[in-house]
Amino acid sequence: MTDTTMTATAVEKSRNQWFDVWAQFRTHKGAVAGLAFLVFITLFVTVGPVLWDVDPGKLNIRNKDVRPIYMAIFDSDAKVSWGSPMGTDNLGRDIMANIMAGGRVSLAVGWTAMILAVFIGTLIGVLAGYFKRLDGLLMRFTDLVLALPLLPLLLVMMLLFRDPLRATFGPENGIFILIVTGIGITSWMQTARIVRGDVMALKEREFVLAARSIGTPAHRMITRHLLPNVMSPIMVSATLGLATAIITESALSFLGLGFPSDFPTWGKILFDSVDRMTAFPERVIWPGLAISLTVLAVNYIGDGLRDALDPRIRGQ
Amino acid sequence: MLDTENTPLVSVRDLKMHFPIHAGLLRRRVGEVKAVDGVSFDVIEGETLGLVGESGCGKSTCGRAVLRLYDITSGEITIDGDEIGDTSQAALRTKRPAMQMVFQDPQASLNPRMTVEAIIKEPLDEHTKLSELEKREKVGELMDAVGLNRQFAKRYPQAFSGGQRQRIGIARALALNPKFIVCDEPIAALDVSIQAQVVNLLEDLQEQFGLTYLFISHDLSMVRHIATRVAVMYLGKIVELAPREALYAEPLHPYTKALLSAVPDPDPSLAKASNRIVLQGDVPSPANPPKGCNFCTRCPSVMDICKTTEPTYFEVQPGRFTACHLYENNNDTAE
Repeated sequence: MTDTTMTATAVEKSRNQWFDVWAQFRTHKGAVAGLAFLVFITLFVTVGPVLWDVDPGKLNIRNKDVRPIYMAIFDSDAKVSWGSPMGTDNLGRDIMANIMAGGRVSLAVGWTAMILAVFIGTLIGVLAGYFKRLDGLLMRFTDLVLALPLLPLLLVMMLLFRDPLRATFGPENGIFILIVTGIGITSWMQTARIVRGDVMALKEREFVLAARSIGTPAHRMITRHLLPNVMSPIMVSATLGLATAIITESALSFLGLGFPSDFPTWGKILFDSVDRMTAFPERVIWPGLAISLTVLAVNYIGDGLRDALDPRIRGQ
Repeated sequence: MLDTENTPLVSVRDLKMHFPIHAGLLRRRVGEVKAVDGVSFDVIEGETLGLVGESGCGKSTCGRAVLRLYDITSGEITIDGDEIGDTSQAALRTKRPAMQMVFQDPQASLNPRMTVEAIIKEPLDEHTKLSELEKREKVGELMDAVGLNRQFAKRYPQAFSGGQRQRIGIARALALNPKFIVCDEPIAALDVSIQAQVVNLLEDLQEQFGLTYLFISHDLSMVRHIATRVAVMYLGKIVELAPREALYAEPLHPYTKALLSAVPDPDPSLAKASNRIVLQGDVPSPANPPKGCNFCTRCPSVMDICKTTEPTYFEVQPGRFTACHLYENNNDTAE
C-alpha cells in the first residue's frame, strides 16, 4: 500500500495516456462534431431500423412519389405523409428505410475496404522504406498496380469470382467480400508511396541510429520507432480512403456489378435517383448528404486524432 | 603497439568506411566517398580518447563505424577482446550492451513519440529480463545519476531543454552498464554553460562507472579539458595521436599546429602576440583526395615527396603517432 502511494507521488502524470489524448481531442471542435455525427449516423443505420420498422424493399405503388415532409411548408398541395418523412421513391419504397439499410452496407464496405487498403499500403510502404533490398521490387509492383485500369480490373474480378463466392458465402456476404477485397487491393498504392517516403526519411534520423546502437531488432524498430511517427500520413490517407471506398462501391453498384439491384446502398440510391433529379431533388440530396457528411466527419476525426496522438502538439 | 601497462579496451586497425557514389541513368557506382580511410588507434580502459578535426573530416563516421552502426568497408575492430569488424548485425546484438553512444543532436536522437521513461527503458527492454517494476526503478536510478528529476519520467522529450535532453541521451547510453561509450559531439548543440555541465557530468560518470570514452568533438579546448589522449583527423585519416599535454604543448603535424593556432585566446595581448597559421583553400573532396599526403594541398611546409607518396602513420616518439614526411626524414637520419 505504501509502495503504491509512493510511486504515485514520485512520478507525476502516471495516469492513463489515453486520458491526455482524449483531453487534446476534445479541444478540436471539428473533430468532436465529426465524432458526434459519426456516432449519430452509425446509430441511425444500426439502431434506426429497429425503431423505424419499415421494410426498405416493400413496394407501395399507391404511395409512390411522396415528397419529404418539409415540402408541406413551401407547398400546401404537396403529397406528403408522416408515414414516410423523407418521402418515397417512384416505386413507393420508403426512402428513410432505404437510407438506413443502404448506410449499413455503405459504411461496412467503406470501413472494411479502407482498413484493408491502409493495412496493405502501410505494410508495403514500411517494408519498401525500411529494407532497401525490397524497395525496388515492391515499389515497381506498386507502380504496376497503379498503372492498371482499375474499373476494368474490378469488372473482371466480379465476373470471375462472383459466382464461386456467392456459392460459398451466400449472395450478400459473397458480394460483400468481393467488393471489399476489390476496393481494398486497388486503393492501397497512394498510402504505400507516402509511407515509404516517410519511413525513408525517418530511417536516417538519429533516434533510429540510437535504437540500432542499442541493438533493437528490425521488427521492433518498425513498431516502436517508425510506425508511431508515420501515423499522421496514414491517418490522412485512411480518411481519404474511406471516402473513396464508399464512392467506388456506388460506382460499381451503378454499373450493375456491385450488390444485387434490390439491395440498397447509399451509392445506388443516389444513382437510381439521378434520372428524376429535377423533379425530386431530395432523392439525390439524402444519400448525397449522408455520404458527404460521413466523409467530412471522418476527415475531421482523423485530423483531431492526428493532433491528439502527437505528443508535440498535445498539452500545448 | 602501445608501451603503456594498460591493455587497450578498444583497438581499431586500418578501419575504412567508404560510401559508394551512384550516378547516371543506371545508378552505376562511379566512385566512393572515403569518409574514413585507414584509421588505427587504441583506446585504453578508463581513458578518454579525444577525436578532433574540422567538419566533414570523418570523425562522426569513424565513431559510428567503430560501433558498427555501419557495415564497414574493411578493417579490424576489437572491443573488449571481441573482434567485431565483420560480425553480422544480428550476432552483434548480444555485444551491444558493452558499447553505447551519445549523439550529437539531443533533439533528433530522442523519439518524439516516446516518454522519457520509455526512451531510457528501451535498452533494458531489449537486453534484460527485469520485471516492469525493476525496470522502472532502474530508470529512476539512471535519471538520478544524470541529474534529472524522477518526476519527469512520463514527459515527452519536447518538454525538456537541450541540456536536459542530452542527459536523457546519456542515461539511455548508461542503462546497460556499458564499458565503452562513443560521445559523438555531445556538446556541439548546447550553449556554453550547459556544455560545461554536460562535460562535468560525463567526467563524473566516468569516475563512478569506470567508463571509457571516445570523445568526438571539434571544440579543442573542451577536448583538452576531458581527454587523456587526443587524435587529430584530417580527411578521413588520423594525422596525429598524442597524449593531451604533449599534443597541446608541442604539436608535430602541420595540420595540428594550424588547428591549435586557431583556438581563440581569451587574453587580448596574448591573442595579438600569437602568430596564427591560416590555412589557404578548402578541404579537398573525400571522394577525390589528392595524391600523396591528404594535407599536401594546404600544408604550409609542403615538400615534393608529399605530393607523390603517402606518409605512413608511425610512432615518432613513445606514445606519439603521426603521419607526416617531416618526421619520417628526421627519424631516418636519427637512426
